[in-house]
Amino acid sequence: MAEQTIHMPCTEEQVRDLKAGDTVILEDWLYGIRDATQIHMFDHGRTTRFDLNGHAVIHTAPNVKKVPPSNSCPAGYESICVGTTTSQRMERFTRPLMAQYGVRMIIGKGGLGEESRAAFREFGGVYLAIIGGTAALETTWIEQITDVDLDDLNPESLWEFKIRGFGPLLVAMDSHGGSLYDSVKQTAQDRRAEVLAGMGVGA
Amino acid sequence: MKLDLDAVEETAKHLYIQALKILPPDIKAGFQKLDASETNPLAKSVLATMIKNIDVAEDTTNLLCQDTGIPIYNIVIGRNVEVDGQSLKDAIRKGCERATTEHPLRSSVVHPITRVNEQTSCGIRVPVINVDFSNAEETFEMEMIPKGSGSENGSFLKMCIPAEGVDGIKTFVVDKVMEVGGRVCPPTIVGVGVGGTSDLCTKLAKKAGARALGSVCDDPEGAKLEVALSDAVNQLGIGPQGLGGDSTAFAVHVETAATHITMNPVAVNIMCHSARRARATFTPTGVEIGF
Repeated sequence: MAEQTIHMPCTEEQVRDLKAGDTVILEDWLYGIRDATQIHMFDHGRTTRFDLNGHAVIHTAPNVKKVPPSNSCPAGYESICVGTTTSQRMERFTRPLMAQYGVRMIIGKGGLGEESRAAFREFGGVYLAIIGGTAALETTWIEQITDVDLDDLNPESLWEFKIRGFGPLLVAMDSHGGSLYDSVKQTAQDRRAEVLAGMGVGA
Repeated sequence: MKLDLDAVEETAKHLYIQALKILPPDIKAGFQKLDASETNPLAKSVLATMIKNIDVAEDTTNLLCQDTGIPIYNIVIGRNVEVDGQSLKDAIRKGCERATTEHPLRSSVVHPITRVNEQTSCGIRVPVINVDFSNAEETFEMEMIPKGSGSENGSFLKMCIPAEGVDGIKTFVVDKVMEVGGRVCPPTIVGVGVGGTSDLCTKLAKKAGARALGSVCDDPEGAKLEVALSDAVNQLGIGPQGLGGDSTAFAVHVETAATHITMNPVAVNIMCHSARRARATFTPTGVEIGF
């Protein structure tokens, strides 16, 4: 269960080294992406001017304040509160994000499914679990919003963040088929009958 | 008592912001209780991060979670409270809108078909305003709940049949908690509605999930079910964030209603660990803000 710091963007080799249960801290760059962003990119044929190759994306739609562009807020947005949303809804976009844009890491909460696991294995990617609902803490890891694209979808724009000490994040799905969610699911399934019997169900 | 609508608007704004930043004391106590009993090391570290976040949010006066939710206002009008109903709803809506534009907050509300966001946290029939009445003399209560989508997407209804009995209800709740796993941001309060019509059952589940920790269902049969189900769901090993552990739910809360001889409805509505809630009580002596 190693902990390491990774400066973004990263290489396939760095990602393949990560195993489920490891923790990582990301530095430098991170991109925010969400339902509408990906629906427009992959269903409506829109593209982004950002180079996401080797980067991490986080499932988010931040609270921001529109301000005049300055050195500390170059995109004209001050970050108020940046948190993470449930990943499962965006399951079908993992593959195109990796295949078309070269994304290597997806940060979210609650885990992703089989199709994502296959994509992580095939292209070399990982799912990093953040603790959902801890946005106040997460916001302290964001230095600034450096750029924004597809901003007509605000707050579901494509956000570029400068980050510092972003984590620790837990490698919950790795590129070798490992998934922490699977073992939890199996445990619950194994205990179900006993739990129901304990309440007198079927007695 | 004549209700001051300017005060209602200001309070509707204040409660939305307060709810997003400060967790009620019963939820904070719930975290301490889970932390003390949790045996899984990873789960303990997840709980520690959540507890740290509560402190960081208060220290930095920031939002606990980025999801500003769907704004819900539950109002209870006591006896001899004089107010124009439509103006009251307008004042609440205005306060909700001002919280969003003046703080500013992320508007999480879109048109259901066009998906257009008006950037006000308002839209058709939103904020949700539920109106009830009470016996309390010259008292007006307003409860504000920003309901996050991760947990609201964990909402289910099953029109069980009488032959399925209470077993059908118990099985449905356990299966839904398993199905949603970490997606609903556990540890949660699992709200369960039992009985009524389909819409009432769903509404009761929402009411149950939003109840303060430590409160007990008024119906003794519902209270028994709460004890059994609270114990049961925490044996599944789902844990905080679905990463394993004992702390799957703070509690299962149940609300009941009479139902039809041919019906046995059960609904589940989940409240995430960021179980946000704020309350104001208006009396002739002033406005008291709390949880």
